[in-house]
Amino acid sequence: MTAETHSYDVVVVGAGGAGLRAAIEAHEQGARVAIVCKSLLGKAHTVMAEGGMAAAMANVWPEDNWRVHFRDTMRGGKMLNQWRMAQIHAQEAPDRVWELEEWGAVFDRTPDGKILQRDFGGHRYARLAHVGDRTGLELIRTLQNRVVAKKLDVFMECTVQRLLTAPDPATGGERVAGVFAYWRETGTFVRFDAPSVVLATGGIGKSWQVTSNSWEYTGDGQALALRAGAALMDMEFVQFHPTGMVWPPSVRGILVTEGVRGDGGVLRNTEGRRFMFDYIPEVFAADTADTEEEADRWYTDKKTARRPPELLPRDEVARAINSEVKAGRGTPHGGVFLDIASRRDAETIRRRLPSMYHQFKELADVDITKEPMEVGPTCHYVMGGIKVDPESQATTLPGLYAAGECAAGLHGSNRLGGNSLSDLVVFGRRAGAGAAAYAATLAGTERPVPDEAQVAETTAQALLPFERAAAGGDTENPYQLQSDLQAVMQSLVGIIRTEHELTQALKEISELRQRAERVAVEGHRQYNPGWHLALDLRSMLLVAECVATAALARRESRGGHTRDDYPGTDPVFARINHVVRLRDGAVDLTAEPLPEMPPELTSLFDPPAPAAPPASDVPPQSADAGQAQTPPETPPVAGTNNERNA
Amino acid sequence: MGYDLAMRVWRGDADGGELRDFTVEVEEGMVVLDAVHRLQATQANDLAVRWNCKAGKCGSCSAEVNGKPRLMCMTRLNLFDPGETVTITPLRTFPVVRDLVTDVAFNYEKAEEVPTFAPGRPTGDDGHHRMQQVDVDRVQEFRKCIECFMCQNVCHVLRDHEDKKKVFAGPRLMIRYAELEMHPLDTNDRRDLLREEAGVGYCNITKCCTDVCPEHIKITDNGIIPLKERVADASFDPIAALGRRLRRHSPADDGTGGA
Amino acid sequence: MPVRTRPAPTADPAVTPRPVPAPRAAVGARTLRKDNWWVEPLVTVVVLVGFVAYGMWAALRNGNYFHDPYLSPFYSPCLTDNCLDNATPHIFGDISPVSPALIILVFPLGFRLTCYYYRKAYYRSFWWAPPACAVPDFRRGYQGETRFPLILQNIHRYFWYFAIIFAGLLTYDAVLAFIYDGHFGIGVGTGVLVVNAALIWLYSLSCHSCRHLCGGGLKRLSAAPLRRRVWARLSVLNRHHMFFAWASLLWIMATDFYIWLVASGHLTDAHWIA
Repeated sequence: MTAETHSYDVVVVGAGGAGLRAAIEAHEQGARVAIVCKSLLGKAHTVMAEGGMAAAMANVWPEDNWRVHFRDTMRGGKMLNQWRMAQIHAQEAPDRVWELEEWGAVFDRTPDGKILQRDFGGHRYARLAHVGDRTGLELIRTLQNRVVAKKLDVFMECTVQRLLTAPDPATGGERVAGVFAYWRETGTFVRFDAPSVVLATGGIGKSWQVTSNSWEYTGDGQALALRAGAALMDMEFVQFHPTGMVWPPSVRGILVTEGVRGDGGVLRNTEGRRFMFDYIPEVFAADTADTEEEADRWYTDKKTARRPPELLPRDEVARAINSEVKAGRGTPHGGVFLDIASRRDAETIRRRLPSMYHQFKELADVDITKEPMEVGPTCHYVMGGIKVDPESQATTLPGLYAAGECAAGLHGSNRLGGNSLSDLVVFGRRAGAGAAAYAATLAGTERPVPDEAQVAETTAQALLPFERAAAGGDTENPYQLQSDLQAVMQSLVGIIRTEHELTQALKEISELRQRAERVAVEGHRQYNPGWHLALDLRSMLLVAECVATAALARRESRGGHTRDDYPGTDPVFARINHVVRLRDGAVDLTAEPLPEMPPELTSLFDPPAPAAPPASDVPPQSADAGQAQTPPETPPVAGTNNERNA
Repeated sequence: MGYDLAMRVWRGDADGGELRDFTVEVEEGMVVLDAVHRLQATQANDLAVRWNCKAGKCGSCSAEVNGKPRLMCMTRLNLFDPGETVTITPLRTFPVVRDLVTDVAFNYEKAEEVPTFAPGRPTGDDGHHRMQQVDVDRVQEFRKCIECFMCQNVCHVLRDHEDKKKVFAGPRLMIRYAELEMHPLDTNDRRDLLREEAGVGYCNITKCCTDVCPEHIKITDNGIIPLKERVADASFDPIAALGRRLRRHSPADDGTGGA
Repeated sequence: MPVRTRPAPTADPAVTPRPVPAPRAAVGARTLRKDNWWVEPLVTVVVLVGFVAYGMWAALRNGNYFHDPYLSPFYSPCLTDNCLDNATPHIFGDISPVSPALIILVFPLGFRLTCYYYRKAYYRSFWWAPPACAVPDFRRGYQGETRFPLILQNIHRYFWYFAIIFAGLLTYDAVLAFIYDGHFGIGVGTGVLVVNAALIWLYSLSCHSCRHLCGGGLKRLSAAPLRRRVWARLSVLNRHHMFFAWASLLWIMATDFYIWLVASGHLTDAHWIA
């Protein structure tokens, strides 16, 4: 059977904000571009982004500029970010926002007709360009319309199964040759030959029980990259958004935008206390209000008042809520109260937060203009991802590029709200340009030809679940397996982690991988969700293992990674990123030093950020799956916040 | 709190199909999509259903529940009596792929025919556009559209008259036209196109599109009727035509609207 | 075609090409709606038929439409000697025996027939296109409002111009209803006529064409602050257009009936004269 075959210069996998922006850029650079996506065009997870996109346009606060944004991003990420990415991001985000306006996006306006910007956690100034609480929808619709206007080829409901590679005469190693996918509708296979591939597949949140992520977030891009020989970085950093819905059970995890807090909402425990005042870390103490009076004044007076503690970075707020619930001061449904009803009038709430209003009204019978919401942490975002070059978003595999959530580096150990949408367009564009430029360098030379053996192997592997069903015997149900994986990740690789639990998690993931060898699906190949899940499970399991491995290796607490057994930050770990690769089918972890920040950027921090140490200072680390070991040189001292002060 | 829910789900494909009965254990607070997922996980692994966000933001899980178009993720089961059978069928207006999944390509094809946004030159001294909130309020209402295509599905012109798919773009696309026509920066005039290619005249404003819109967009009153009036300005109003000829453009007019 | 949702037609022998048009789900039942969807169109039919029947009787009776100072809205403006005591200008002379209502009613009837709300009401209830949402159309063929005569719905705004004139005339009638033989007074009929004029204004001003002409047609509302304010107010009224449509329809009927009752001596109008 010959698969349907197409040939392009650049194939973009994923049609969220990053994928669409990459495709538009590659097209504008003259490349022939295809977009291949798992869902319908315009349904990608980007639509879930609510609050806004951070860009230092200084429309509301003239004091704002890219340096402040850069500093906020680095501090939010606990200095583990790739400084160059954070710099590029802060510098280019405003242009990307204005560009969206040129393409038809309609942001909320300031009285003088500029783009209005709103406050968000971790941002010094009101910086988020937004459209009510549906900014992601605006972004994706704008890019979607642009893609349609440019007549780009979009292959919808088409799931990529493998990155095809071919020998690279330039390096002697492998390089990208295309992708191999199947049509969800028919279950038939399709091959895209292309020298450049941009992965923009988003996150991995579907491996947790309580998550704001959709079924699509199965870590496809990360797994594809790993299997093709590229590396992942910072996978231990998973952001739990502090405010997800907690009741009723069927909506548990659905996001409640940070905009609620940005617009005046406060968190209270069942005793009625605004408990966030009890959780202000030293590093943010100077910028955070310590009385309710000052916090409330801040909304109208940003010059003399400091920010309310509800707007601390997400990791701080999520941990605080977690602690309150554990201390028995949570609601019966295991959350805390988020109250905007008593603080803003009904009309303002409905105008500023229309979709939150409807979401609670329709799904929970709660009128947020009258009652407080019940909220709790929900798995939201992975800071880690495919390791990329800050300038071009090139991965370590020639021809492979990555952008958006599936790429690593910009957010360090914790992402600030609003930085994801700007991430998508800033680095989506750069990835598209990088991929097109790479494809152009091959003009006149022989294009890589995909290996037929890889195609045959992937085809056979994809069809195994049907063969197992036909063969009968001891088989596994993919839905059950997914639910078991979610239970493992939720309970053992959640917000608070310990060595014992992570070791246990790796053991259980390994068992799940064995069970996955027996997954069988009934029915036929035509639009069969059971089959689709069985195939996605391979990615989920691999990525889950990477997360647990990296989490075990990082013996400190930082950003989106909190270790109960190592509650403080550790100066040694402050200088390293964990990088995972696949070697002989096993997850292999190494610690790599952070790149050194130039003095003109370190001077932005007060006190100045420590320069990254020479590479030799970093303990060489390598660990096999299941027994990652990263002995820090100095034992961490609990409660030390020195690193955070950096 | 849980109870057994009687469900009747259409299963089949382009070659035919039937309503099949299932009983699914459900709990308080669940939505129809939860029941479908439970059915899928426990009794019918290969039941085809399209969904993504499960929060009413992506518009993927449109289906017909007891004969009415609904987002399955936003339809709570407490809408129905515990003893009532809940019938779920795919959208009727589009070709069926399998079970509850339909081929919605029609909507994307129609979207390709819409002339794109064409902004004028920026008016701000910083080289960027200026727009007042009062000018974008109308546009923002339309841009709330999540493309669930339930308006297209319920629109009788498309639903009951297959031949009209060639000549009528449907409510979703009318909203897209309205959004561009009312965009304060846009310079294109799409009124002739609306009358001819998009077939705004086929709409008889019976408002089912507005009734089913999960985003509560006033598709008919704020979108299609203003478009019909704009088309009337251009094609059916001799006085307005005369007025345009006699009068220079007012600053608010941009040459496209108003009699 | 740029956007693709399915495999290329000939790529794989496993994929059989779909017939055109591709088949829809064979659900069987024409509608699966369980609610009483037929109630709404039925009520519409009953009320509209009732109004037409009453209107014909009222228009053809050509008498008892004036009881000083009350003039039935079906017969306003006054075109005959029968209502000359009313100060309405006598324009055409006495044209009886043809009922003047037949001439007058063309305008309000045209306004209502082409009204965006009534179109919905009668397309649903009389045309059955569609009878209710997700219930199939009665007829196979459908041309919407693209051909004669329905393409004429597009001239709704011209009827609106007349509707404004009529609203003015009915207001005039309501004002005159305060003057009993040269003396100021207030009666039940005064109230009836005042409410009638108010409802007609609300119905006419909440009209979609009115909203468009007064400001909705602008691209940049901010550049025309006055029209923007007018448009914003009319938009609020417009949301209740359906209510005003029915209320004014029923009230006009009630007004005529009341005047007939009084004029024909079945009832004595209670009033107070200064």
